[in-house]
Amino acid sequence: MNSEQKPLQAKEKLDIEYILQDLEDYRPRRRGWTWRPGRGQPRKIGEFEYYETSEPLTQSTPLPAAHYFQDIDPQPGPVITTEIASGRFEDDIRRMRMAAWHGADHLMVIRTAGQSHMDGLIEGTPQGVGGVPITRKQVRAQRKALDLIEDEVGRPINYHSYVSGISGPEIAVMFAEEGVNGAHQDPQYNVLYRNVNMVRSFVDAAVAKKIMAWADMAQIDGAHNANATAREAWKVMPELMVQHGINAMFSVKVGMKKENICLSTVPPTAPPAPCMRMDLPYAVALRELFREYKMRAQQNTKYMTSSAREATVTHTLNLLISELTSADIQSTITPDEGRNVPWHIYNVEGSDTAKQAFLGMDGLNEMVSLRRKDGPLADNVRELKERAVLFLEEMLESGGYFQAVEQGFFVDSGRYPERNGDGIARKIDGGVGPGEIYERDEDYMAPVTAHFGYNNLGQYGVEDKVEDREDSKKGPSSLIGGSTFEDPDKIIFIDELDEEDNVHTRLEQTPNLRNSSNVKPEMEWQGDGIVLLTLFLPAEKRTAEFTAIEIGRRMGLEDVEVIHSEIMQPAEGTRIELKGRFNQVIDTSQLEIPPAPEILSEEEIRAEVKAKPLKVVAGTVGNDEHSVGLREIIDIKHGGLEGFGIQCHYLGTSVPLEKLVDAAIEIEADAILASTIISHYDIHYQHMKRLHELCVEKGIRDRIILVSGGTQVSPELAVEQGVDAGFGRGTKGIHVATFLVKRRKELSKGTIGRD
Amino acid sequence: MERKDDFQKRRAHLAGLSEEELEQRFWELTGKLVDPMVDLARTHTTPSIERSVLLRMGFSSLEAKAIVERTIDHGLIGKGAGHVVYKVSQSEHLDIREAGLKLAAGELWARAEQNFAEKKGTKNDRGGQNE
Repeated sequence: MNSEQKPLQAKEKLDIEYILQDLEDYRPRRRGWTWRPGRGQPRKIGEFEYYETSEPLTQSTPLPAAHYFQDIDPQPGPVITTEIASGRFEDDIRRMRMAAWHGADHLMVIRTAGQSHMDGLIEGTPQGVGGVPITRKQVRAQRKALDLIEDEVGRPINYHSYVSGISGPEIAVMFAEEGVNGAHQDPQYNVLYRNVNMVRSFVDAAVAKKIMAWADMAQIDGAHNANATAREAWKVMPELMVQHGINAMFSVKVGMKKENICLSTVPPTAPPAPCMRMDLPYAVALRELFREYKMRAQQNTKYMTSSAREATVTHTLNLLISELTSADIQSTITPDEGRNVPWHIYNVEGSDTAKQAFLGMDGLNEMVSLRRKDGPLADNVRELKERAVLFLEEMLESGGYFQAVEQGFFVDSGRYPERNGDGIARKIDGGVGPGEIYERDEDYMAPVTAHFGYNNLGQYGVEDKVEDREDSKKGPSSLIGGSTFEDPDKIIFIDELDEEDNVHTRLEQTPNLRNSSNVKPEMEWQGDGIVLLTLFLPAEKRTAEFTAIEIGRRMGLEDVEVIHSEIMQPAEGTRIELKGRFNQVIDTSQLEIPPAPEILSEEEIRAEVKAKPLKVVAGTVGNDEHSVGLREIIDIKHGGLEGFGIQCHYLGTSVPLEKLVDAAIEIEADAILASTIISHYDIHYQHMKRLHELCVEKGIRDRIILVSGGTQVSPELAVEQGVDAGFGRGTKGIHVATFLVKRRKELSKGTIGRD
Repeated sequence: MERKDDFQKRRAHLAGLSEEELEQRFWELTGKLVDPMVDLARTHTTPSIERSVLLRMGFSSLEAKAIVERTIDHGLIGKGAGHVVYKVSQSEHLDIREAGLKLAAGELWARAEQNFAEKKGTKNDRGGQNE
């Protein structure tokens, strides 16, 4: 049904209207989770040998510094997660595409606030708060878009959301039908943090898990939330192991494969605590105890502030733990999560941080190993395991899981067996939905695939032994000629239930920004206008914050807000990050954008220079002591002309124009490079004009190339003064080298006339 | 409950275990903890579970909700909401969707109740093929 999808083009925007078309006919192309292909095979990429990468992408955006390494973009071994849920799924789709280009292949959608207490599925596409209302239409649209995106980058993308709350089994069915590849499922999460009745939570979970198992989905548990909730997160480690154990064992007993069960684990603490010493033993203990299961390494959020820099460093330390131990899925947290609902750019940053750190650490374990047999790591690992066993023993003594929860065993801030009496206690008959648990009668029957528990099919002569997908037609659903799992045409697709609150009315607000030359800044939603400004204000913190808001207002921004401030020194000043809305649209067709300079490849330039050596004389002219800019253009270590084999005779600063020209004659240079930084009274243009005249007077103008550069140089005005080219701000050596090589060719062909 | 860290005292019986034995003990205890919950899940159902059955039978979320509510009202949830629909489709010679839509609209419930009342005579005949 989806055979004729229109592939994405790298240089064309994703068409949201196309994604929303014909959704009722869309069918997912596959079910189940996908690990990265080729993980851990040694491979040579660019100049380097890698030990821990996976197959490269066909299209991607490499790290910024890849520029120095032939733009290679190796892909680490673990699946990389990013969580995208701005409240408007249609805008999240574009963000998913950007994240995928940066190496994310596990795209997780957070649910809107309150969905876990909703009785039944939500339909349509209402706007969310702090997440997205997860509905069939929304899931289908995003899965359809991800099919196109995975084709574009050349790697399967896992799509993920949550099977929890009081509608878990229904959500699991919808996810299985719609090709969702992974989900959070942990009844303990419902009990402890969503106050869903605990008996109901486990009864529902068994059915949900069985369905997830049928669809071969990866399951992520919810234990890491204890870490985020407990007052002192590093103390709850024994409990975390118990929570992982309960969900893992319960899942196995209802039929889930161990390799599909992923432990959501977070390094519990963060600097300035000596976090590695505390986090590492826990990571090791967990990976040993749960060696048959998968590790989903999440990053610490408990000690996040509004500093994106600080979060990035903490996350990098978390990645070191993943490298030293293991991670099957490396999750990422956007470094701005401590200050706002994550923005586009920070999903990309988080994904890049994981990629960058893993690539930098590739093969580290060939050289470094953990001291596991004796010493503090060994002692701590043993102690953690013992504390976890003691926790389990006392739970059983208290009467079992439900009684232990009633007695507040969980999320107590004490380091078990220490107890501080501040745990989360729930009543066995309390919470949401306690009266909604019914015993199955002897003749209870459900004529569907992947149903967990007692099912009296014998009364109709059918066997309920069928586990795998191929054979499910002979199973319980044979009574009804196949369920939706065998026959997706039986799925009833509801489009919209709310005429006002849906994606179509939202898209009507911004038609001028799609398929047009109009551009408006954006961080979360199309046309939100949000901009971020970084300022240093020489004032104490509170004064600086209010000054910054006034600055934002005077710049014409609306809804101005300080989202981060940091004291540089109590009196000398404050660093401020300010957000605001720029509520104007720029029509880019009205801008004068000069064509981008054409650049030859490094190889082409080197070949040209090798075939015919190229000499230049260079200096900063006039009474001008600036040397940095010109040196960057020349120096081999800045990717300058020398790197291409061009011979550079650098005469220094404050060089008289005559001296430059004389030197050029003496060494028979092909070009003169004059740096002109000082620009008062247009002195830089006067220098260019004089340089041209001098060369004419000396009779070399027709065989020498004159190039001028500087921060205030306009290429057009430079040429008007008589030089061959002017280079302004942002120029790199390769731009100048390209020009020199091309110009020399033109001169030798005699195609350029001179006056 | 508040308690000081008495780890050293409590761990006495674990001190002699090898690390492997310690890990085995962890999994043994975990199994004991979850077994009663798995049994509870095996023998019970909830509105969400029943709606999930109806979804798989080809009903929309709205239709499933209506059918399950009426199934509870008529005291038949212990039979399974999907079972109620299945039996009505058999007894009334309707296809599954037609039967379910009528039930969702409040029709045929007397018949549904009767279907299971008739069955009562053979209640103990479980055919020996459960689970």
